[in-house]
Amino acid sequence: MGFLASASAQFRVEVSGQGLTQMPITVSAFRGNDNIPQKIASIVMADLERSGQFRSVDAFGSAVDENSQPDPSAWRKKGIDAFVAGSITRISEDRFDVRFRLWDAVRGQDLGGQSHVVSGADLRHVAHKIADTVYEKLTGEKGVFSTRIAYVSKSGPTYNLWVADADGEGAQSALRSAEPIISPSWAPAGNQLAYVSFESRKPVVYVHDVDSGKRRLVANFKGSNSAPSWSPDGRTLALTLSRDGGSQLYLMDALSPSAEPRRLAASSAIDTEPTFTADGRTVYFVSDRGGSPQIYKVPVSGGSAERVTFTGTYNISPALSLDGKWLAYISRVNGAYKLHVMDLTSGAVNVVTETTADENPSFSPNSRQLIYATQQQGKEALMTTTLDGKIKARLAGQSGDIREPDWGPMQR
Amino acid sequence: MKNVLIATVAAVLLTACGSAVKLDNVGVEDRTGKTTLAETQPASKVQSVVASTDASKSNLDAMSASNRVVYFDFDSFAIRTEFQSALENHARLLKSDKAKKISIDGHTDERGGREYNLSLGQKRSEAVRKALALLGVSENQMEAVSFGKEKPAVVGSTEAAMEKNRRAEINYR
Repeated sequence: MGFLASASAQFRVEVSGQGLTQMPITVSAFRGNDNIPQKIASIVMADLERSGQFRSVDAFGSAVDENSQPDPSAWRKKGIDAFVAGSITRISEDRFDVRFRLWDAVRGQDLGGQSHVVSGADLRHVAHKIADTVYEKLTGEKGVFSTRIAYVSKSGPTYNLWVADADGEGAQSALRSAEPIISPSWAPAGNQLAYVSFESRKPVVYVHDVDSGKRRLVANFKGSNSAPSWSPDGRTLALTLSRDGGSQLYLMDALSPSAEPRRLAASSAIDTEPTFTADGRTVYFVSDRGGSPQIYKVPVSGGSAERVTFTGTYNISPALSLDGKWLAYISRVNGAYKLHVMDLTSGAVNVVTETTADENPSFSPNSRQLIYATQQQGKEALMTTTLDGKIKARLAGQSGDIREPDWGPMQR
Repeated sequence: MKNVLIATVAAVLLTACGSAVKLDNVGVEDRTGKTTLAETQPASKVQSVVASTDASKSNLDAMSASNRVVYFDFDSFAIRTEFQSALENHARLLKSDKAKKISIDGHTDERGGREYNLSLGQKRSEAVRKALALLGVSENQMEAVSFGKEKPAVVGSTEAAMEKNRRAEINYR
């Protein structure tokens, strides 16, 4: 509950592409789900497919649930590696008992099950939690299906900052404005968003508590204030300020409202788009100190900046995966703005999209996917992709233009 | 830059909007095309021009929308000479009334990332601020900000639209 206004922003997930190692899995329709609008099995299956690591194989039989006997010979015939079945039972006006079980279909082994009692409002959320559990048991990695994303929409003259589930559903407006909103950035604890607002006819930075709707103006120095980015411990904000002339990088104490910013790097060029490494020791950023915008990195403790991108004449919008392995960024190639992924160990770079107006990449907190903004048929859209670009999903907005996504942290 | 400014001072005297500049002073400069007006003219003549400007209340009204916008080439923040006279007008206005404040809003066309374009727009607004400061306007009367690509003047992807969006706007607060 709180100050998030309900919205009707609806997303349709369209998954495209084919991955090399996709586990075939059946998620059977949950028994008892017919008269309940939220289809648990469909939500789970869409989550698993969007990860790029699973391929849906149609369910068979309608009477299976978490108590059914395993049927390894039937599963072998279908060629599936895993099987999920469950049930949903309404136990009172607004209480539902959702149960499921996961089987290793190859070995015919019960991998466990769970029961969740939730209200109707939380049914989508429990489906995402089931998808996370299935994902983790089968891949050994944490799922991101119960995480949230933030993004901005523009509909006519109105801008909204939305907080939605990672599949784009359940969007609620955190801020509605007649002026632009850009650069939303989740705090590492997942309870706050920093963003840039133009509501006072210049760019200023707010930190906004998502649950209460309360917000603090943290940067309104002379000139422009933008590009907020959180340190992993949530105590520091890096941002771009023009208060001393030009766009330069500063660090501010996120917890102390009247703290004086300290300079992070210095140049007579544009320095902007700071982003912290997962260990909090280095900041990657964009600078055109060499004549064209490239990505550099600088130690937070001070020191000289080191250039990171060397191919192409326009490289911006760095994003770093939490596992420390990847850098995603936008590179202009022959006039097209395209999402690239660099392996930070080897330095190898790959283009991962076929679109030409990509913006603003952000990693999922398990470092396995990217969300980004792009245009398709002249309309703005949000996309997710696996890091190799092979599996993509479009989170298609139904009204207005959508942009500026940021992927929130793992749920506690 | 300084020679351009001195030439501009001369140009502004020729284009002063409706103020009562003595025609014989202006006429002399117009015919000879000298660029060293400030140095060769007797000080009294320069003062009389300034005085007549101060007396005129129509300057701000005459500051039409087109005079408030400086346009830029792609990827550039250099102020083209065609805008010098408009900047001169603003400088005179601001110097004559220290209570007046302006916001200089920098903008870009739609190509490229939002934050980087915010910084490019900032370079444009700061270029205008620097030009006005060189003309004697005090810093506390000006704030240079940027809207990047967020507030285009003309929506569209044609070159004609984009060149109307690469701009800095002077707004009196």
